[in-house]
Amino acid sequence: MSYHSLEELSAQAKELIVEYVDKCDSLKPKERTQIPAQEMPTQDPLIRRTNLEEVAIGFSEDQARIEAMRCLQCVKKNCVQDCPVNIDIPAFVNKIAHGDFEGAAQIIKQTTLLPAICGRVCPQETQCQLHCAVGKALKDVEKSVAIGRLERFIADWERKNGKKVLPKIKPPTGKKIAVVGSGPAGLVVAADCKREGHHVTIFEAFHRLGGVLRYGIPEFRLPNDIIDHEIETLSQMGVEIKTNFVVGRTRKLIDLIEKDKYDAVFVGTGAGLPMFMGIEGENLVGVFSANEYLTRANLMRAFEKEKADTPIISSKKVAVLGGGNVAMDSARMAKRLGADNVYVIYRRTENEMPARKEEAVHAKEEGIEFHFLENAKRIIGDEHGCVTGMECVRFELGEPDESGRRRPVEIKSSEFIVDVDTVIVAIGNGSNPLISQTTPQIQVNKWGNVLVDKTQKTSLDKVFAGGDIVLGAATVILAMGEGRRAAASINSMLALERETEKAVKNSYAL
Amino acid sequence: MNKIIYKEQLSKDVFLMGIDAPLIAEERQPGQFIILQTDDDYGERIPLTIADADIEEGSITIIFQVVGKTTTELSLMEVGDYLPAFVGPLGKPTHIKNFGHVVCVAGGIGVAPMHPIAQALKKVGNFVTIIIGARTKDLLILENKMKNIADELIICTDDGSYGRKALVTEPLKELCERNKKPEMVIAIGPPVMMKYCSITTKPYEVFTQVSLNTIMVDGTGMCGGCRVSINNETKFVCVDGPEFDGHQVDFDNMIARLNSYKNIERQKQKCFVEKTFKAKEGVL
Repeated sequence: MSYHSLEELSAQAKELIVEYVDKCDSLKPKERTQIPAQEMPTQDPLIRRTNLEEVAIGFSEDQARIEAMRCLQCVKKNCVQDCPVNIDIPAFVNKIAHGDFEGAAQIIKQTTLLPAICGRVCPQETQCQLHCAVGKALKDVEKSVAIGRLERFIADWERKNGKKVLPKIKPPTGKKIAVVGSGPAGLVVAADCKREGHHVTIFEAFHRLGGVLRYGIPEFRLPNDIIDHEIETLSQMGVEIKTNFVVGRTRKLIDLIEKDKYDAVFVGTGAGLPMFMGIEGENLVGVFSANEYLTRANLMRAFEKEKADTPIISSKKVAVLGGGNVAMDSARMAKRLGADNVYVIYRRTENEMPARKEEAVHAKEEGIEFHFLENAKRIIGDEHGCVTGMECVRFELGEPDESGRRRPVEIKSSEFIVDVDTVIVAIGNGSNPLISQTTPQIQVNKWGNVLVDKTQKTSLDKVFAGGDIVLGAATVILAMGEGRRAAASINSMLALERETEKAVKNSYAL
Repeated sequence: MNKIIYKEQLSKDVFLMGIDAPLIAEERQPGQFIILQTDDDYGERIPLTIADADIEEGSITIIFQVVGKTTTELSLMEVGDYLPAFVGPLGKPTHIKNFGHVVCVAGGIGVAPMHPIAQALKKVGNFVTIIIGARTKDLLILENKMKNIADELIICTDDGSYGRKALVTEPLKELCERNKKPEMVIAIGPPVMMKYCSITTKPYEVFTQVSLNTIMVDGTGMCGGCRVSINNETKFVCVDGPEFDGHQVDFDNMIARLNSYKNIERQKQKCFVEKTFKAKEGVL
């Protein structure tokens, strides 16, 4: 894919809008599928790999309207089925096609409070866009209507134009809910429970809110001011926020209920426990978990080397182990921090790589080198305990395994040494152990994931859980979906409690 | 935001501060630590052990040595100032029970975290021997407090300016050679000291617990920056520790990891000191 500038793309869109604007409602499905899919404008790869600014700039108004006109407005709404938060996609897309951006925003806001985030980081190609009839007709999921980009467009438009409308909040119920962790699941629970009129307190271990959105996903993919904006909405709604508070340590989970009288607790502490390969040399100086590397750069702002007190390693040659989105983020961050060569080392092929295609394309454009069918065997250090190289081994694909992906098989005696000074391990996360360590009453599985029923309730009375602490490492939107379900369960549990309380009171009155 | 409610300079580079932190005071147990920031935009997160707590007053005591930019900045803060980020108590608490005879070896600033541990061990009926080591007399801290706890107190200085002229490992070895050797040794201090205490007790098969103070970012298991090799297995100091069996710790690796950012840290501190000094001159 060659790079097209914002100016080029906007100019093309300007011409197209003249052609289509009056036909918006009369276009036949075939004509709609022939409208060119709009490309997301990005910063020039050569420039962006030296800065932290957002890579994807966002559609122009014309681009958004043209992209929206591609939607066939199908009756079946297959796209909605696979949206974890059930946004009425055809309805908001139709509003965009007609240039009614405010109307589109209202539709989106009925079901999600965080569209600026979802529009950026959801894997739409495996959810809503996978089922898009346009993509199906053109036999290419990449050609589906760009629902995520349109969602983002509307969220950005609303923010830039100061059109934010706070959701309606019901009168106070006197019920208190504690939300543990301020990642995507926790934010959704806080919003949904607050809307019902409950008092909501968010407890966050870090000094800033957002969880993985803040410490993990880099600024160039999800700018901090967007997270701040969404969190500000929660504060304006009256959600109480307690940072620097580790539930389990600063206060036991049980004490939140027994001593502090919270009526319900939601645990959304995430999958924050980095996994390592278990190979020789993994604790050498210069080996990092992706979590540590990204937290230093993002949350602790080590990218701003002059200002930040938190140091980050200066690397020349970096190997990133893994093939997911976190591996892409780490590799691209290493490039931005000044590394000359960054290698992504993945033991299968590009086809099996779990990262979003878009992220891999962006990484390649920025000069990240991909090494497929290779894996690390041993990390080599010098007499000071610092990384000087890594021994890798080659693989070939064998028979499919239980996940359906072809299993990588090591090729005997194919070892070779790569010259690197930094290794970033991005092979996934286990579940954070703090809640299970300090709350022995809560049931977890052998990986430490909290067990919940289909209402997201845990084995403990009044305690619900959701997001990566339940799912293992998954996606932002799945966490939000779990948060939504948990909030609904909490709200209905508390509604029932209030009814019972009322009934008891009335019986006394009699 | 947590308020500094008292401050005392214990020696040239060592300060004691009382911090208003009622929840931490209530929950903390011996062996645990806090993480603080002097600035929550660009500041770094540093772990410091809890030296004492007062539940009624709702405060905890921290003792720190000025070694880098953040500790320099902290030492310049005064009573009434607020710390923008202060979180804890973190880490697993020390396992306290009646072991019999316990030797607590505290080197330098390690006396601070040892204080609540020794106190708790004494309370449950142990015979507590305390060995305090310092480079020189002026660097000794908390001598009286430890004297009040100890059944037996041994003070060593490297230069002989106070107590015995010896490294802490000398009296430790003598204690291990006694007819009835101690049931347990706890060593807290500079990594090199903990390494040699562990080497000293190994031949006598005396269980030796050390408290590791590694580099940390979050302190809740999320980053893995604090990881150490324990009997060739990777463990996280923040959630699996901070206390480990000294005979199983790979100290050389731990020391190398601690020094990861030494040059950058030195430079940052130098810049900060120069800037602060210039600013003060400007005022004068």
